[in-house]
Amino acid sequence: MTETTAPMMQEQLGKAENRVWKKFRSHRSALLGGILVSFFVLIAVLAPILPIPDPATTSWSAVRKAPSMAHWMGTDEIGRDVMARLIWGAQASLLAGVVSVGIAMCLGVPLGILAGYFGGWTDAIISRCTEALLAAPFLILAIALAAFLGPSLTNAMIAIGISATPIFIRLTRGQVLNVRSEDYVDSARAIGLPTPKILRRYILPNVLPPILVQATLTIATAIIAEASLSFLGLGQQAPAPSWGSMLNTAKNFLNQAPWMAMWPGISIFLVVLGFNLLGDGLRDALDPREH
Amino acid sequence: MSPDPSPLSPPDTGDQGRDILSLRDFRLRFRGQPVPTVNGIDLKVAAGEILCIVGESGCGKSVTAMSIMGLLPPRSSEVLSGSLDFLGKSYDLRHENLPAGQRGNQIAMIFQEPMTSLNPSFTVGNQIAESVLQHQGGSRAEAMERAHDMLVKVGIPAPRQRLNEYPYQLSGGMRQRVMIAMALANDPKLLIADEPTTALDVTIQAQILDLIRDLRRETGMGTMMITHDLGVVAEIADSVAVMYGGEVVEYGPVTEIFDNPQHPYTIGLMSAMPRLDQPGGRLAIVPGSVPSMANMPSGCRFRSRCAFAHARCADPAPKVEAAPGHSVACHFAPLEQNLAVTA
Repeated sequence: MTETTAPMMQEQLGKAENRVWKKFRSHRSALLGGILVSFFVLIAVLAPILPIPDPATTSWSAVRKAPSMAHWMGTDEIGRDVMARLIWGAQASLLAGVVSVGIAMCLGVPLGILAGYFGGWTDAIISRCTEALLAAPFLILAIALAAFLGPSLTNAMIAIGISATPIFIRLTRGQVLNVRSEDYVDSARAIGLPTPKILRRYILPNVLPPILVQATLTIATAIIAEASLSFLGLGQQAPAPSWGSMLNTAKNFLNQAPWMAMWPGISIFLVVLGFNLLGDGLRDALDPREH
Repeated sequence: MSPDPSPLSPPDTGDQGRDILSLRDFRLRFRGQPVPTVNGIDLKVAAGEILCIVGESGCGKSVTAMSIMGLLPPRSSEVLSGSLDFLGKSYDLRHENLPAGQRGNQIAMIFQEPMTSLNPSFTVGNQIAESVLQHQGGSRAEAMERAHDMLVKVGIPAPRQRLNEYPYQLSGGMRQRVMIAMALANDPKLLIADEPTTALDVTIQAQILDLIRDLRRETGMGTMMITHDLGVVAEIADSVAVMYGGEVVEYGPVTEIFDNPQHPYTIGLMSAMPRLDQPGGRLAIVPGSVPSMANMPSGCRFRSRCAFAHARCADPAPKVEAAPGHSVACHFAPLEQNLAVTA
């Protein structure tokens, strides 16, 4: 009997896992988002082996040259290749997006679970701190923290991560309040599971989908924040390239060399659009109401 | 200040074996409520006995069950008195609950809503195995084997395959069987079933009741079943506790309760049940609904709705033995003798 049911089992299991993927695939704009994001991830990862000039090599004979066969996207004010800097800058941007959201999730999700599950004083303390942090606008908070920590890409990521944490605390707490009153949590307690196990196996997996959607959307926000911090000189430090610092230099030459601002601007626009479309698609695909 | 009514004591079930659980003088008040929601309950379940607790919504049935399991959030409620004897050990419910190691092990509970009582993120095999691992240890493979045996026991077809399915792939009846498998995986001595068939359609209801009865015979476990369905009671119960407003108003063997109901509330419940042998006509109803805790009358809590209410009902109802093992809390019990006098 085992042999005859095994293939059926496989098939059904496959079906369960494919359900979300299938829905995601039929979502056109999400697919576009996925393609945009994959494209930028790909060039960021492949930056060291792509046939492009060194992003830090200056050339006095090619200062602020318009796009040409030699420099497809032109050169900047000290003759560096804009395309090379753009590709290497993608690394900084994506890294900042992913790492800072990672930090925000690692801090926010456990705190949100504690606040939501235990309630009472635990909730009061965590929620009041969250509200205090939320009172400050996201970017202002990130700038203040980055200025406090000192200018570097790592510190910028930490600053953005901490600034994004309250969103995750709040979202997780709300989800946990929902899930906590589900019958399966009562039944987990009725079979005598200890609280840490209930949190890990019964609460966390069931609050995760909306958090993943939020994470995808927050990556987009974090990329803009990183670009803003770098624009202000609080993120990636020269000569390492970053879209934000490229824009900062380019603003001085908008009339003479508009391509210097155009390409990083377009890149930020596309990658942020990509993450937003991806997040929307994930939200629809993971929506339990349409199962 | 009138003295507290002496609580109804359970009928003697000596012939059925030793008591697994006995709950004495259990009183619980929710914070912010003026009077106790559960007001002095005594219950007893013996090995192999099925005790049904009946009563309408809000009469404290589920609260009592959750308290026995130790599942009520301590912040929202306060136990005023009550001691629980379980498997020879005594617990003072004011200060302690059953140890977590007993939950799911010696005492298990199934819930009303099978559709939402399983974790949607894990396969059913996984969830049953989790309970086994928690209490018996051993390897995951052994636990899965036990899970499989349990699915066979509760009559799930193609159990090997079901082990690896997620709850959403199962029907309501199947899920309730899985819940029962999960509850019984560690051979509990007592099963608490909180309206296990309410959410199921009638044919599945009958199957689940048969299953509980069969398992009782096989394992000798005691069962405490909460229900508001007298049909279920008639089908499965050995003894019945009728609850109203947080008190047990009548307690006795099932035949006594059905053939010789003494409390006006029990009589009301019986006559509100449609009968095949007396078709036509309107069903009798118990007028009104359970008063809120703020408006709970003093003395007999049923007197605001009772057809026989009398001035003396403002005093706490005495406990009367209407027949051996059949006790009732009413000023007029036994009815045959007293109604004629007052009328």
